[in-house]
Amino acid sequence: MEARDAYLDYAATTPVDERVLEAMLPYYTQVWGNPNSLYRRGREAYTALEAARERVVGAIGATHPNEVIFTAGGTEADNAALIGITTRARPDGGHLVVSAFEHHAVLEPAQFLEKSGYAVTYLAPRPAGYIDPEDLRNALRDDTVLVSVMHGNNEIGTLQPIRELAEVAHERGALFHTDAAQTLGKVPFNVADLGVDAASFSGHKIYGPKGVGALYLKRGTPFAPMVRGGGQEFKKRSGTQNVAGIVGFATALDLVLAELPEEAARLASLRERIVSGVTSTIENTIESASYPERLPNIAHMIIKGVEGEAMLLQLDAKGVAVSTGSACSSGSLEPSHVLLSIGCPPELAHGSVRVSVGRFTTAEDVEYFLEVFPPIVERLRMMSPLYAKMYGSATT
Amino acid sequence: MLYSEKVMDHFNNPRNVGVLDDADGIGEVGNPVCGDVMKISIKVADDKIDDIRFQTLGCGAAIATSSIVTEMARGMSLEQAVAITKKQVAEELGGLPPAKMHCSVLATDGLKKAVDDYLVTHGRDPIAVGTIAHDDPEFDPHAEEHDDACEVTEE
Ligand SMILES: Cc1ncc(COP(=O)(O)O)c(C=O)c1O
Ligand code: FES
Repeated sequence: MEARDAYLDYAATTPVDERVLEAMLPYYTQVWGNPNSLYRRGREAYTALEAARERVVGAIGATHPNEVIFTAGGTEADNAALIGITTRARPDGGHLVVSAFEHHAVLEPAQFLEKSGYAVTYLAPRPAGYIDPEDLRNALRDDTVLVSVMHGNNEIGTLQPIRELAEVAHERGALFHTDAAQTLGKVPFNVADLGVDAASFSGHKIYGPKGVGALYLKRGTPFAPMVRGGGQEFKKRSGTQNVAGIVGFATALDLVLAELPEEAARLASLRERIVSGVTSTIENTIESASYPERLPNIAHMIIKGVEGEAMLLQLDAKGVAVSTGSACSSGSLEPSHVLLSIGCPPELAHGSVRVSVGRFTTAEDVEYFLEVFPPIVERLRMMSPLYAKMYGSATT
Repeated sequence: MLYSEKVMDHFNNPRNVGVLDDADGIGEVGNPVCGDVMKISIKVADDKIDDIRFQTLGCGAAIATSSIVTEMARGMSLEQAVAITKKQVAEELGGLPPAKMHCSVLATDGLKKAVDDYLVTHGRDPIAVGTIAHDDPEFDPHAEEHDDACEVTEE
């Protein structure tokens, strides 16, 4: 069997598309002015920046250019949304609701706000992998300022009923933010349809550059800037803009959206093949979350009786890149909070594997993975002192 | 986080995997909830470790440290075997990332348990008891490690 390079971790990051890179390059060496300068070089950069903004505004269904604030990535957008909105809306403290399976880019600012005196509810998802609007309704208080629930979960891949959740929040007078880093470009995303007040996006999940993202902030949403200085980005995020990166982000977004319908269908069939291939050829494997609304590109499975990092390293030796929610792989030594939040016992969470496909994934990559994976699992199970005891024979 | 070449070698080609059918002593430590369990079986002759096998459920470091411990212990006297420290294991492997130092405790504890199991079943006094980290109910293998053993990885 020939060794391949099968990158199956598109949920972690994506390569920059050649077309994106080409669109970016002129903004390093030719149109390199400061977009905030008045002379010609500045105006050229400004024109490019604002054209990129218009494209993003149109793509996400915003109504006004100053509703899109460029940031240095999804993490910054999440931090800005949580801290910026709460501290301006209720500087003296109030209540915040976040789902318990948010990305750390949301959970950490929530914990920071909690330490600074905010009351925070970490709302548990249902075991199927979604936040139930009724559960949110019960968590809301009169002083709830903001609710933040991600659009698509980056580990288990489930989509959240954002429109219903936002409606429930609004009924009680709370604002609503969604982290759309995983969904932008993969499922239709429109701020007006979803009814959100704020949303976060990341460039490197959509074949754009790393370190660029955006925050959608509906006009009139209270917001205190986190990054203060020269007043760029409508005084909401100071610092000379990363013009080339922003052009790259806007170009990447145009491309994913143009290709979305066919690409989503193609990715969904690859995903189905991965899940059915793994669960039918390897015994004691299950898909982690059963909620049917999901991202087309993320397959997430529990491989009982194996440890994720060992799986990951053995797959790496075969040229396959995937990720795992095992504690051992994270450095944090706690298994994935996402899996624990949906009621997955820790001993199973250690054996989770996320396989995520994207633009350059071929059917051959998937078949290659399905070929090399079963013997790896079998080998690790045979090395385990528990597997035969718990599940009978280790052979698949 | 990077594993040394030697760690990867022992992970990819673990030595002495399995269980000895006619083992004289068996040691099992760890907890699947934490993600790591290790079992060592030994044959003893003249109070020396004559043969040894391991099984491990755990990360790359857990498997590599288990593998190297079996190589280190083979031929050692029982006293020498129970004196192997996690630091020696890490050094033998060319260092371990700080977050992975605890994985080697799994291997040294498993070996200690196997030796004591042999001694006790032969009506003798255990020699490792009291030095086995996993025997302490308060022992948290995943607690952050701050001892100097971590320094071996900082090269
Ligand atoms: C759901 C989610 N939110 C936020 C982020 C962080 O985005 P960035 O890496 O651009 O900071 C990621 C990806 O890493 C993500 O998957
Ligand atoms: S066995 Fe969990 S980190 Fe090594």
